[in-house]
Amino acid sequence: MTVAIGPPDSANLADDAGDWAAAYVHIPFCARLCPYCDFAVVAGRDGATNRYVAALRSEIAMEAEWRQLDAVYVGGGTPSRVAPEQLGAIIDDLRGRFGLNNGAEVSLEANPEDWTSRLAEGLLRAGFDRVSLGIQSFDPDVLSSLGRVHTPDQAATAVATARRVGFRSINIDLIFGTPGETDDSWRDTIHRALDLEPDHLSLYALTVERGTELSRAITAGAPAPDPDRQADAYEAAEDLCRTAGLIRYETSNWARPDHACVYNLATWAQGEYLAFGMGAHGHRDGLRRRNVRRFEAYLDQVEGGIRPEQGTEALDPWERELERLLVGLRRKAGVVPGPGGEALLRSPWGERLKMAGVLGLVGGRVVVLRPLFGDEVGRAVLALQPGER
Amino acid sequence: MNIRNFSIIAHIDHGKSTLADRLLERMGAISEREMREQVLDTMDLERERGITIKAQSVRLTYRSAGGGDYVLNLIDTPGHVDFSYEVSRSLAACEGAVLLVDAAQGVQAQTLANAFLAIEAGLEIIPVVNKIDLPAAEPERAASELASVLGTDPDEVIRVSAKTGGGVDELLERIVRDVPPPIYRPDQPLRALVFDSYYDPYRGVVCYVRVVDGSLNDGDTVLFTATSEKHQATEVGVLTPRAVRVPTLGTGEVGYLITGVKEIDRIRVGDTVMHAGRAAEALPGYQDPKPMVYSGLFPADGEDFERLREALEKLRLNDSSLVYEPETSRALGFGFRCGFLGLLHMEIIRERLEREYDLELVATAPSVAYRVTLTDGSVKEIRSPQDLPDSDRVDHMEEPFLKAMIIAPSEYVGTIMELVQARRGVMEHMQYLSPERVELIYHLPLAEVVFDFFDNLKSRTRGYGSLDYEPLDYRVSDLVRVDILLNGQPVDAFSTVIHRDKAYQYGKRMVERLRKLIPRQLFDVPIQAAIGSRIISRETVKATRKDVIAKCYGGDVSRKRKLLERQKEGKRRMKIVGQVEVPQEAFIAALQSDADE
Repeated sequence: MTVAIGPPDSANLADDAGDWAAAYVHIPFCARLCPYCDFAVVAGRDGATNRYVAALRSEIAMEAEWRQLDAVYVGGGTPSRVAPEQLGAIIDDLRGRFGLNNGAEVSLEANPEDWTSRLAEGLLRAGFDRVSLGIQSFDPDVLSSLGRVHTPDQAATAVATARRVGFRSINIDLIFGTPGETDDSWRDTIHRALDLEPDHLSLYALTVERGTELSRAITAGAPAPDPDRQADAYEAAEDLCRTAGLIRYETSNWARPDHACVYNLATWAQGEYLAFGMGAHGHRDGLRRRNVRRFEAYLDQVEGGIRPEQGTEALDPWERELERLLVGLRRKAGVVPGPGGEALLRSPWGERLKMAGVLGLVGGRVVVLRPLFGDEVGRAVLALQPGER
Repeated sequence: MNIRNFSIIAHIDHGKSTLADRLLERMGAISEREMREQVLDTMDLERERGITIKAQSVRLTYRSAGGGDYVLNLIDTPGHVDFSYEVSRSLAACEGAVLLVDAAQGVQAQTLANAFLAIEAGLEIIPVVNKIDLPAAEPERAASELASVLGTDPDEVIRVSAKTGGGVDELLERIVRDVPPPIYRPDQPLRALVFDSYYDPYRGVVCYVRVVDGSLNDGDTVLFTATSEKHQATEVGVLTPRAVRVPTLGTGEVGYLITGVKEIDRIRVGDTVMHAGRAAEALPGYQDPKPMVYSGLFPADGEDFERLREALEKLRLNDSSLVYEPETSRALGFGFRCGFLGLLHMEIIRERLEREYDLELVATAPSVAYRVTLTDGSVKEIRSPQDLPDSDRVDHMEEPFLKAMIIAPSEYVGTIMELVQARRGVMEHMQYLSPERVELIYHLPLAEVVFDFFDNLKSRTRGYGSLDYEPLDYRVSDLVRVDILLNGQPVDAFSTVIHRDKAYQYGKRMVERLRKLIPRQLFDVPIQAAIGSRIISRETVKATRKDVIAKCYGGDVSRKRKLLERQKEGKRRMKIVGQVEVPQEAFIAALQSDADE
């Protein structure tokens, strides 16, 4: 049984995903740090992969028993820097401890420059059926300003390889709105990505995060991403994807039918997921948890037999309701109104968003009609008071 | 009794308060230990700004060189043009005035204005050049200017240094010699002039009075003419400068009167105090306090409205010329429309509210009182642009004009003329006080003076120009109200009444400024300036295209939520006008930057 059967934006999928169980595994290793990235990553520590994988496996063993998993997502960092056998051992551990449902999605992120046939075959054998390739752009200049080391041809080859060895679902990650990227360059990137007929497409606007090399460069006078150009890029991509038969089901995500990302659907449905690895975020038994973010601290704690948890957050029922809207409204299918959705539609902010055509009630569901205003919707949701129920 | 009642009058910063201190010291009214600089200026703000806001008086005893004993009543006067009515009342309590001029600066606009007030009041004027110790002092030039203004001989002008005390003895002798004693009429019915008052939290309103006729006794039942209120004199006394209770204030004496009245506006400066049941003619010159400038004051944080109300009530205890009434603005919330005697008065009140009461305020553009004659013939005074009736009901409008006196070095005449003409001024008169200095008399609309006129004059004349003005009359004027609309909705805080020739300029400036200040919204926001239904200027804040961080958060839902939570807090401080979110800071910036352009 494959869980995400049907159109990716269907309301049934969106709602069912709240009951799914998933696991996230974080692999922090990178060959080098990308200037825009603020994730929990380490560069130049490849010598510690064995130790880290051992820690991951210990952490999995420490986790209390749970439901069978519908999805496993191995993200990074760059998971493709760890040997397939080691990743396979992790999947085996998860399967052994919690069980994997029949047809469960087992996904990993990979960089094109690592993606050889041998690696792809190994990962397939290890149990992976979905790959998300960090292609980012087909423009060499954009790739270079993003600090990526692969070439456009390597990217195309990687997709073909994944297809050839038999991956069930292939995602291409692209970043738009890099300063210096022209409209033509972006359209060309989209065209080339669509020509490779991916099953899934993630389009992320380049975001300047505090503390990154990009942020420091901009402070020092380098050009910043222009939100208007990013809006143009997004709209251009929407048109092209639609024509290519890809369906947008979330602000940044497009898929063909049967190829919505199960792990992602679960997170947006406020579903629960275990999390393993440094800086990983989980959601279990109504509690949001986060692991320590420092590499050494993570290793030390796990090796000392301590769960590497840095903190937890418990929401009261109203905060939880608002969170349901906050994450759920990113989806094209929106949310069933519930007390929060009703309060939102009635609130002055909601009125304003309706007037501007951003928010609407469609088929009995609260939906965001203009995804580029998603954060404005988010702020309106968080401004709701329990009294406004 | 040998009484001499006198004031010291001067242009701001010419050393009036320092001279007063020196006189007090010389006559032993205060010991060295008690000597603080400028005893008569007691409010902190007065000390900081070096100006006197509330006049005080002090009674001194003096033995002259010839051996005569005298009582000298020094009546301090407010040092700014905004308070010229109060100055005139203080002068009405005197027989003489010391006219002080800074030896480095010479005659300035308020020197002349004060001299005229003193001449009008029939006072004996003693001309004095001060600060002769300064390196830049030109006492001979200052003395000859002063002499020419008064039509006397430069030799008659006394040279002093209030700082060192030099010349002060000569001045005291001249006061005794030249200032006439009060006319002694003890048998006449009581007439006493209230020339100042202040609020004492324990004793209520304390009036400063000058007995003109008859005598005022402890326990008398007195009538305040302007308000027709009768009260008992529960205490009378003199200030040495400490309050000393006395049984009687006789003809010509200056002192204080306490009646137990608690509200400052029931005692009017300029009023005449009589004995109840022994009527006499009121002393001339009384006027109701009349605000010249109005402005809306709003708390930046709406929660502070009550605190603002309490602060205004407290300030008013000591300042009956401050008037205010509640005002509601769609843009700024609840606040007060306040009336002030002038710009300085307005500035002082605002500063005291912010400083002494720790309030953060938003003030709307200062406005004057316009007179509107409606088509049905009735006349209405409007103090807020909001109150202006629809133009089809208005027959014509009038605005207040001033007689403005500007004194400056003659090299700046050209630039002054340029400034005044741009402000719709009409030159009445120009004369050279000396080959280097010129006096210009203009008729100017008050509305043009309330916007940074003085600052502009100062910068154009490198600080050498001085200004004084007095209300003149109301004149018919082609006035319009300019509204500023956000997304089609007028923003009341930005409406203004203005001369038609300047309406376009104002409208354009405001819409351009707001375009920069208003953040992009979910939709295009037109910003328009309009006269009635006619749009005279327009700018557009283009809609935001993208307001979403579309990136992968790796399951970190909390982080996204916290980021938006922080941004939401900023949102709660926004005001919504015509569906447009306007940050409070944008209102403040739009209203403040007038002077910067």
